[in-house]
Order: sequence, then C-alpha cells, then structure tokens
Amino acid sequence: MTNTDESAGPISKMTMIEAIRSAHHVMMERDASVVAFGEDAGAFGGVFRCTEGLQERFGEARCFDTPISELGIVGTAIGMALNGMRPVAEIQFADYMYPGYDQIVSEAARMRFRSAGDFTSPIVVRMPVGGGIYGGNTHSQSPEALFTHVAGLVTMIPSNPYDAKGMLISAIEANDPVIFLEPKRVYNGPFDGDHDKPLVPWSKDPRGEVPEGYYKVPIGKAAIARRGDEVTVLTYGTMVHVAMNAAEITGVDAEIIDLRTLLPLDLEAITTSVRRTGRCVIVHEATRTSGFGAELSAQVQEECFYSLEAPIVRVAGWDTPYPYSQEWEYFPGPQRVADGMLQALKG
Amino acid sequence: MTVADLQSAGEARRPAIDVLAPEIMDMAFGLIRVLDDEGNPHGPWIGDLGVDELVEILTTMFTTRAFDARMMKAQRQGKTSFSMGSRGEEAIGAVTATVMGAHDMCFPTYRQASYLLGRGRDPLAMMNQVYGNAADENLGTQISGLYTSSEFGFLSISGNLATQMPQAVGWAMAAKIKGDPTVALAFVGDGSTAESDMHAALTFASTYTPPVIVAIVNNQYAISTDEEVARGSAQTFAQRGIGYGLPSLRVDGNDVLAVHGATSWARDRALAGHGPTVIEFVTYRGSAHSSSDDPTRYRPEDEFDEFPLGDPIKRLRLYLQNRGFSNDQANALDEQIRNMIEAKNEEAEAIGTINTGERPSLRHTFELVYETMPPHLIRQRQEAGI
Repeated sequence: MTNTDESAGPISKMTMIEAIRSAHHVMMERDASVVAFGEDAGAFGGVFRCTEGLQERFGEARCFDTPISELGIVGTAIGMALNGMRPVAEIQFADYMYPGYDQIVSEAARMRFRSAGDFTSPIVVRMPVGGGIYGGNTHSQSPEALFTHVAGLVTMIPSNPYDAKGMLISAIEANDPVIFLEPKRVYNGPFDGDHDKPLVPWSKDPRGEVPEGYYKVPIGKAAIARRGDEVTVLTYGTMVHVAMNAAEITGVDAEIIDLRTLLPLDLEAITTSVRRTGRCVIVHEATRTSGFGAELSAQVQEECFYSLEAPIVRVAGWDTPYPYSQEWEYFPGPQRVADGMLQALKG
Repeated sequence: MTVADLQSAGEARRPAIDVLAPEIMDMAFGLIRVLDDEGNPHGPWIGDLGVDELVEILTTMFTTRAFDARMMKAQRQGKTSFSMGSRGEEAIGAVTATVMGAHDMCFPTYRQASYLLGRGRDPLAMMNQVYGNAADENLGTQISGLYTSSEFGFLSISGNLATQMPQAVGWAMAAKIKGDPTVALAFVGDGSTAESDMHAALTFASTYTPPVIVAIVNNQYAISTDEEVARGSAQTFAQRGIGYGLPSLRVDGNDVLAVHGATSWARDRALAGHGPTVIEFVTYRGSAHSSSDDPTRYRPEDEFDEFPLGDPIKRLRLYLQNRGFSNDQANALDEQIRNMIEAKNEEAEAIGTINTGERPSLRHTFELVYETMPPHLIRQRQEAGI
C-alpha cells in the first residue's frame, strides 16, 4: 500500500474518482499521444466526473465529448491507436457497452493476432460496473466474464483509489487492449455492503492516500487485502470491502485476495493462499452461471484439489437481471458472504 | 435509380474543394464519368495522368486479374481453403493506390487486392498468405486473402464487415489531432453499408470532420442479394452521405480517369482541412462472391457483359490506344504478367500450400495474443507440446 517511490510525489487524499482523474492527468502530461473521450467526458467531465478538468487543462483536441455511440467510441479509439495514439475511452456505464462489443472482441482483441503483430490496438476502455446505486438492470451490471472469455484482452478492476490510479497508468502504458472496470459503488468510499450505514469516505481510509505523481500498480498481480489462516476469499471490486465486513461479522480469520487483474490472472497468489488455508470462497456481484467465479473455481480445483478440505463455495449475484427496488435484497451483501465463509469452514 | 440512369461522360461538374455538402447534393444522384464508350475523355475530371502512369495502373489491374484467377484455380485444386476475387472492380483499388500518399492509410475490405498490389506488394507474399505456408508473413493466423501490410499502408483486413469504417475515422481523427498531413481511405461494400459501424463512422466523421475518404464500392451484389436490399428506399449509396452533411459523389468505378479525379479531389479536400468525402464507386462484381458460392443461382451468367459501365480493363485499354499504347502492347504486357504470376505461384507452391510443405509453427498462435505471453498461455503452449 505504501508508496516507496519518491518520484511519485506528495500524497493526497483522493476518492477513486479523483485517483482516476489524476491518472489521466499524469499520463496526458507525460505523453502527448494520450487522449480521453466519451459521452459527456469533455467539458462536463463525465457523469461520474472522472475526466473533469482534463479538457480545460489539455484542450478540446485531447479530451472531448463523443456522440452517443459506444460502437463509434470503441471503433474510433482503435483507429486512433492504429495511428500512434493512446486513447482512453469512457463507456458511461458498462451496461451500455454492448453496441461496442464487436469492436472490442473482433477488432481490438484480435488486431495483433490477425496481423501477426503488424498492427496493434493499445486502447483502454473504462467503464463503471456493479450495483448499489439503484440503477436497475441497465446501470448495475458486472460483465467482466464477457471480457475474460476473450483472448487478447486484459481485464482489470480496482477496489480502492491507490490501486485505481496505479492500475490505470499501467493500463494506459500497456501495448494490449485493456478493459478497465470501475466499481462505481466504491467511487466515493469503501462501501462494505451495509447500505443503511453512512458511507465512510476514502479520506478516512489509508487506501485513499494517493501519490500525486506517476506510479504503477502492475498488471497481473493480485493483492492481499486481509491476511488470514482459516479460509481464502477470492474477490475483486466492491466485494473486497463486503468480504472484509463479512470477516468481521463472523470473526472468521479469512485471507481476502483482491484479484485486481482478472486476466491475466495471478494464479500463484491464489494457489499459495488456498494451499495454506485449504478452503476457498469466491465472491462476485456478477451472476453466478458462467460467471468469472466458475473459472476461478475450476482453476482452484485443478491446482489445489489435494489441499482442499471442503468444497469451494461461490457467492454471486442470482441468475436474474438486476432488480430495481429490491436492490438490497438482491445484492450479495455481507450476510451472504459471511454465510459462504461459514459454509466453507464447515465443509 | 439504377446504373442505367447514366450521366454521359463529361457531364458532371467539378466543384471547388471547399464546397459545402448542400451545394452538390445533386452529385450524389448523378455519376461522374470521363471516358465515353469509344475511349475518349470528356469534361472537367479528365486530370493529367500520363501514359506511363496509366500503363502502371493497367499493370496493376492485369496483375490483380491474373492473381485472382490463379488463386481461384488453386482453391479448385484444393491448395487453399478459400478464394475471393475482384474481377470487374480492379480499377478502384488500382487507381486509388496511386492517388494516396506514402503515409496515408487504407482501411480495406477483402476486395481491394488491387490496392495492395498497386502499392507495390509482391504477389508472392500474398500467395504465401493464401497458402498459409512456411513463408507466410502472416504466420498462419489469418484466413486466405485477408492480407495485412503496414509497410504499404494497408490495414489487416477483418473478416467482420464494416468494422474498419469507424477505425478509419478514428485514424483520421488522430491525424487531425497530431496535425499530420495524411488521409485515411476507407472501403466498404454496398451490402455492408447496412452495418451499424457505417452509421457510427459517418456520425463521427460528420462531428469531427477528420481527413477521411469514405469509399462505398457498389458492385451490385452482397453475396446473392441485389444492392437494393441494403440501399432500401434510398436512390443511391452516395445519398447516405448527405444526411450526415458530408459532400458526396457518385462515380463510375470502372472509369480509371473518373476514379482518379474524384479520389484526388477528395484527398485534396481532406489535406486542405475541408474534411471527409463520401464516394460511391459504381462497379460490377464480375466474379462470384467467393469460391464458396455459385452466382448462376441468383443472376444471369452474361450479366457482366451487359453491364452498362463495362469492364474497366477493356475501357482503359481502349483509352490507352487513343493515347498511343497499342492493343498489341497491352496484350504483350498482359501475357508477361500472367507468366510472372504463374512463376510466382510455382515458387509459392514449392514452399507449400494449405496441405503440403511446412506450416508456420503453432507457437505463433500463442505468441501473438499479447505483447508478452502471460502465464496461462505459456502453460497451454506447453500443454500443446510446443
């Protein structure tokens, strides 16, 4: 957590929004080929304000509004990347991504392969994911498995401001297309699943202490959010904080692994922990069937079968569209995660 | 409107390059033609192509036709899986290849082999790709005929239709942001204009006015269906551009001088900062869609012979005769090119075909997914035994 690189500059308290904005700012300052755009991303600074101030600072050529066309946003981003730019494209909500999915899957992800390295598509496509804001079925989805199933994409999802900035800088510098998922419920604080409590702001959390300058959190490296001996919890995004809460509720000494990059996956971090604890709970907001948890479960089984003392437990969204008024009955909150941990302990 | 409603050669006016779209709306419904049926040029789009340049274009067209025929034969012989020709539409790629600059970028469909050949790509390299043999610079990753060449400013062809269109607009947006004096040339077929990508491309082209030429190649067919299935209630494909506020031309795609004039005009416009141009090139798909279809099931066999805009090679030969390049000289050039293609094909076949000789290693399949091979692919490559 602590930044050891002094060149990263003084530390500021930042929300995840401010950290993402700071990553843009640092990279646009360092590299004239970095451009940021999306629906309302220009003067308005994006509906979540992640690009606020960039147009004012870097001009309309480098931070601009786009027509409402996710296909156009991703397609033109690929074209810009083909012409030496490093585009950072914002999709307003992950739920709106589907019209651009063909460009992501058939084009960005395959450009290097299909041209034998003759062309590449180093784009970053950012999009807010997950529930918790009464967004119903069109503003709450967690489509990570639709990206992790695609060869050629890197898929990342931070859980806190420090990681968000360092990971986004790594994503912008990567020479592969990166899908950068932003769990919108933790934009302003480490939401732990208790929606009735006032939100703890990032300013009161050490992970909200973010260097103002340039630093990177590497692609493909998980973090241990909580050390523990009894059970390994594999999770990411908002659910990292919900799992921390569940560990507190139950008193279970859980080791909570924040995967951070889903593909390529840090399998070593996973297997090291599961082999030690012998138990594994997988937690995500996305629907359960064919969710990313299915892949995690398969890999843990393949790698750690003889260390497992109990069946792997999955806590995930129900296999339904995301509801509106029943949000907090639907959301896989701390009690469901706690139950999952206890189930893994019982075996 | 059909191609039967022709403007005669020389009739279309040539507007200034800073013209606004509403001032030339009629040109989306007309047809820019320069060469008449006797091979004589007329009107303000004649240009100043010399005989040497015209022979160079003819060379590319002969090369493309011979190449296509040889690759189709190879497919029939089972030496490649698939073949797509561009018989009858060679002029469009062959001519635009001479108009575009060294640092311009072409976003092609699978029917622009004549562009790539016109830029100077060695047919042998293309044959090696078609055969997927050990010398294939594409390393066996892409299906037959979907070439790539950054060296010649030719984007890797996608098998998904019209996806290159918003990419071309994005490439041009980057050129505008950087201030590069370069232009993107994006090709799309008449049928593929129906894809959402086309609407996105034209919308972004309209909003950001980058240096891009949107070239719709109307070859009358989308596999088996007539061009009117995609055209719908519109009269022409060029008409599409008007709704986006983009100057739009409809051009005889089998008339080398018309293609050259219109593309040069559009490129000059783009370089001068006047933004995108939409061009519908009207032509005819003289070949089958691909080696996998039988066009006699959906169109008369002699339709190409009856096509009012004729065969672009015959028309250029006729014009060249009027410029002093004789029919015998053209025949000799054609024969020389056929022999060259035959020799190169022998060379390619000797290296290997889809089912003979060495193939590029399967390791490339793993190596070309990411810049650096991630651990899971290293493991899978090992599992695959390589």
